[in-house]
Amino acid sequence: MPISFKLNGESVSTNAPPETPLLWVIREGLKLTGTKFGCGAGLCGACMVHLDDQRTFSCQTPVSAVEGREVTTIEGLSSDSSHPVQKAWLAESVPQCGYCQSGQIMSAVDLLNRNPNPSREEIIGHMSTNICRCGTYPRIVQAIERAAREG
Amino acid sequence: MTKTIRSHSELPQFTRRQVMVGAAGLTFAFAGCQNAADTSPDGTTFSSKEMSPWVTIGADGSVTIMSPAVEMGQGSRTSLPLILAEELDADWDKVHIAQAPPIESIYGNPGFGGMMYTAGSFAVFAYYTPLRIFGAQVRQVLLQNVARHWQVPVGELSTEPNTVVHTPTNRRIDYGTISSFAEVPEIAPEVSEATLKDPGEFRLIGKDVMRVELPQKIDGSAQYSIDVQLPGMIYGAVLRTPVFGGTPESVDKSKALEVDGVLAIEILPYGVGVLGETPWAAFEGKKALSVGWSIEGPGDTFNSRQGIEAFAKDARTRSRLTKAWEETGDVQSALNDAARTYEGEFRSDYAYHAQMEPLNAVASVSSDGKTCEIWCGTQAQGVAVAATADALGISPAQVKLNDMLLGGGFGRRGPRDQDFVIDAVLLSDRVKRPVKVMWTREDDLRNGRFHPMSASFVRAGVNADGQVTAWHHRKASDLATKSQDPVRYEAAGQTDFISMAGTEIKTYAIANKLSEQVAQHSGMRTIALRGIGYVHNKFVTEVLLDEIALGEGIDPVEYRLSLLNGQPRAKKVVEKAADMSNWGNTPDGHGLGVAYIDYKSQLAAVADVTVNSRSGAIKVHNIWVAIDCGIAVQPDNVIAQQMGCTVYGLGLALSESISMNQGIVEQTNFHNYIVPRMPDAPNIEIEIVHTSIPPTGAGQMATPLIAPAISNAVAAATGVRLRHMPMTPERVLSALNA
Repeated sequence: MPISFKLNGESVSTNAPPETPLLWVIREGLKLTGTKFGCGAGLCGACMVHLDDQRTFSCQTPVSAVEGREVTTIEGLSSDSSHPVQKAWLAESVPQCGYCQSGQIMSAVDLLNRNPNPSREEIIGHMSTNICRCGTYPRIVQAIERAAREG
Repeated sequence: MTKTIRSHSELPQFTRRQVMVGAAGLTFAFAGCQNAADTSPDGTTFSSKEMSPWVTIGADGSVTIMSPAVEMGQGSRTSLPLILAEELDADWDKVHIAQAPPIESIYGNPGFGGMMYTAGSFAVFAYYTPLRIFGAQVRQVLLQNVARHWQVPVGELSTEPNTVVHTPTNRRIDYGTISSFAEVPEIAPEVSEATLKDPGEFRLIGKDVMRVELPQKIDGSAQYSIDVQLPGMIYGAVLRTPVFGGTPESVDKSKALEVDGVLAIEILPYGVGVLGETPWAAFEGKKALSVGWSIEGPGDTFNSRQGIEAFAKDARTRSRLTKAWEETGDVQSALNDAARTYEGEFRSDYAYHAQMEPLNAVASVSSDGKTCEIWCGTQAQGVAVAATADALGISPAQVKLNDMLLGGGFGRRGPRDQDFVIDAVLLSDRVKRPVKVMWTREDDLRNGRFHPMSASFVRAGVNADGQVTAWHHRKASDLATKSQDPVRYEAAGQTDFISMAGTEIKTYAIANKLSEQVAQHSGMRTIALRGIGYVHNKFVTEVLLDEIALGEGIDPVEYRLSLLNGQPRAKKVVEKAADMSNWGNTPDGHGLGVAYIDYKSQLAAVADVTVNSRSGAIKVHNIWVAIDCGIAVQPDNVIAQQMGCTVYGLGLALSESISMNQGIVEQTNFHNYIVPRMPDAPNIEIEIVHTSIPPTGAGQMATPLIAPAISNAVAAATGVRLRHMPMTPERVLSALNA
């Protein structure tokens, strides 16, 4: 029995075994590779997507859990990088290797969706789920503050 | 502006009339110009003029420049073509960047003996002058062609971006138009360094442009090897021997083969591969394997907690087991004659790169097994091709490399055997289908190759005035260079530069110096990590030096400045970092600590810490870094790199530790290998001290500063010396209670 859900607004379905992590269905089944594999254990945030209106570690979400629900990935944030968080990310030249940045952006968008004017402490607390090994943390903070200001 | 980034396979092939011209130690292929009617052997008509394999100028004025380094976040894909574009006077908006094919005779890094190897902050440093000369040669060819075309003296011509101007008449012609009639000489024009632009004339160098691949890194479209999708591709996972050198002795495949989607189990020389229709099937199949290993060698009994004690004993008591890394004067006599001596034992644990993209590669071996295409994120393109060819017993010419963006490198992707590429190559060869092999994070740790564990014993002597007269550093560690790359180890005269670099005292005025390695043979896999030996070695130097300063009753900043007399670049960064930190005005309960390094680039840092005496936790509040890296080609990126280095150095300083028992790595994922997260990052301020000397490197520079600055700050706050990296709360508590 295929599992059906909405991915970036489009209806999709998969025959993957129900316990398969959503991450692998998105990346290798549906070929949207912006969502990354980092740890497979919900420890690094590279796989962060939005499930309905809530950020979620897609590596920790069995695909069966998203039946009938709405999944948004980095590719669904905007069609032209016009989301305020994406614009702020470029303006602050945040990415280095870039591998974690889809997850960072999805976490940041989740924060601003529920708290449009976060304090620095709130930003740091919220973003502690996401590891950036290149150490772009200072610029991530600046970019989120910019997005809040200019959003 | 969004730049297109072309793969080299989309560009015309350079098969004819290539004239090799030697320049500044780098060999350029200065290809013959193609006539517009020229066709390639396959009948394709060229639409553009190839000025050389480095540069192609299209009739539309597009300027395609090869980038010989790989991009792993350090910005070389932008900086290197930009250097060439500067002297060519190309319009940056019209520049396209192509990843150079793995032809080391043309694109090799002169700093690595012509190897295409992206590491060691060597890209801008070593390519800077050759690329400038090359850009100037191409510009000269354009000028000569216009002079001939217009029948004017070449001396009356000048350039503006993408345009040649006849100065007396202000007549103008763009590079694209020139390419329609240009002829490229057999021999490249002579261009000397003296005729290159004065830094005051730079239009691109020193001005920040957006890194070319950034737009792809905010919308999910950036392509790493893990993202490659091919028709008919299947997935592989490899259970590797837990100890280097082991082989699978008994393999029970039955449970793995029962996993839904598992296609095949393949025995490899060093492990067992599971092939699946999906990654999940391959991972689950790997979990279900039961393998007995045959392991011979020192590694299988190695315990790092006991090992570090043995290393430390050797560092204290043995000597001259390998040749000296640095020897000046007579250190033994100077120690004997010293008014006072200081000594210390320093330790560092193994450390793990933790690049965010777990190692992976895609390979597609042809059905006859005679050709192979690979997609990987390697730091050494030529080596990846050679390792693939070796594994298949084919010629390197039959291997096609697609070098992808790297989701972090930090040294892990540069070993001679390219372990993570060969997994995919061997499995694809078995099934003759495209295979993507991904390591899980657990694999990435279990199969990690690490910054070497080290123990150092250092003795220093000072004269009656408190000046250092003798410095003897003896370091015990595995031979990381030999483990990473036996070819380079031999080429360097069996010198372990990865471990030893930074034990030398380059800039401080010390007359008698000896640094030497006591080689260890633990059987562990060791390799370069961001900052290489400097990370441990400057921890040693800068912490002991701090102790001497305080022992002699001299302020640590003043003491360093006195040892740096006659070294204006060095003094300037120390003074700058001290200024930035408001040195001398320590907030109550805090400690400030300084460190300086000469890493070609000159850097100094001050850390501001408090120590929780109950938990032993060190809280780093501020880190100020001053860097003089010569000309900063992309200043904002130099700052970004130092911020990144600071965070990386923070993890190595405080929390990152790999341990082994029975040769097996004990850490498994980010819950027990602790890297810095956002709340751990202090306020970081970076300042560039601008000088006009050629660039001396930026990518890893600040990393080794952080641990000694923190250790010195802790000493200032508590009076306690921390000499073991990482400085974990347990180690801090034990030092506080000692």
